[in-house]
Amino acid sequence: MGLEEQLPSGILLSTIEGLAGYMRKASMWPATFGLACCAIEMMAVGTPDYDIARFGMERFSATPRQADLMIVAGRVSQKMAPVVRQVYDQMPNPKWVIAMGVCASSGGMFNNYAIVQGVDHIVPVDIYLPGCPPRPEMLLNAIITLHKEIVKMPLGANRVAAARAAEEAALAATPTHQMKGLLA
Amino acid sequence: MADDKALATPAPDGDVAVPTTAARKRDEAAARGALSQVLDTVAGFGVSFGTIFRKLETEEYPEEKRPTAKRFHGRHQLNRHPDGLEKCVGCELCAWACPADAILVEGADNDDTPLDEGGQGRFSPGERYGRVYQINYLRCIFCGLCIEACPTRALTMTNEYELADNSREKLIFTKEQLLAPLQEGMAAPPHAMAPHMEERDYFLGKVHSATPEQHAEADQLTEGGAH
Repeated sequence: MGLEEQLPSGILLSTIEGLAGYMRKASMWPATFGLACCAIEMMAVGTPDYDIARFGMERFSATPRQADLMIVAGRVSQKMAPVVRQVYDQMPNPKWVIAMGVCASSGGMFNNYAIVQGVDHIVPVDIYLPGCPPRPEMLLNAIITLHKEIVKMPLGANRVAAARAAEEAALAATPTHQMKGLLA
Repeated sequence: MADDKALATPAPDGDVAVPTTAARKRDEAAARGALSQVLDTVAGFGVSFGTIFRKLETEEYPEEKRPTAKRFHGRHQLNRHPDGLEKCVGCELCAWACPADAILVEGADNDDTPLDEGGQGRFSPGERYGRVYQINYLRCIFCGLCIEACPTRALTMTNEYELADNSREKLIFTKEQLLAPLQEGMAAPPHAMAPHMEERDYFLGKVHSATPEQHAEADQLTEGGAH
């Protein structure tokens, strides 16, 4: 995309990675994507009581084109799934997804034909957040956990290598629909 | 809207034109002079400035955590008897009560045969113990029905809520993660029951801490495991 993509991997690139990660984590804008009761807790995080602006999220972006973080808050029905995917596709890179609450993470107690059994069936999820619904502190904790991952995010040559490794791992892994036991 | 109308429609003949609100404001501002106009702008910041001295209501979350309600439903915990044996008897009532099918329990028989003779060891007083105990926190809705179902108070909930992680596997908590840490005077199972005690004595509160024999048995096992 930019100059950082042309850099050879080495001290220079890793320094820029650290700097870019530090800046990226401090300036994320979440897309408003409340689907159910979790959205109420997500709104509470925006209030002065918890104040999500302390983490560089000055406002929830109403358009996905200005957002970096999709907080899928609530159960995703089969009918909503294409919309979730479209909103995700409309977000510019780099972008992250938090599956907020058990319904978005795995379907939760709604183990039925109407609900997508985990939003990771349709979009790549970075952080899974349990809770039904999670209290606002839990969402803040998820955001802080995500920040820790963003700081470590590779760029340029390292990013290509990481993406290849992730693809290898994903191809080798058991598909979600074939998982058994508690993972299903 | 009324003002717009007044501007748009010409005053009927013979009537005196009524001045609009905007026009009236202009006249008043001109009367008060330039200085007050400048001060008006500054006065708008008064609220913002005054807020600096107000008490901060925000919870500074990662640094200062506000305590939860005492009975907040957080992460589960598998409790122990005062001598370190587990309270869980592997009855699976929690798994049956769970509305989200988040709990997996597999019971097994306690075995008093010495370990060097092929025994499996004793983990709880009584007949059975929970050999496998898993809770999937991506299904668990923290309703507490499992706690109500538990006949031995083996399963309770803590106030811990920081559970977010980056993969599904990491959020399936196994027995090792759920078991309460060993307190003072507890010996790590497997070890024998307290001497001259039966299962019901544990629930009657007659066992207060692990005996030296139980400690010795647990220490021997950890040393044996280390080799």
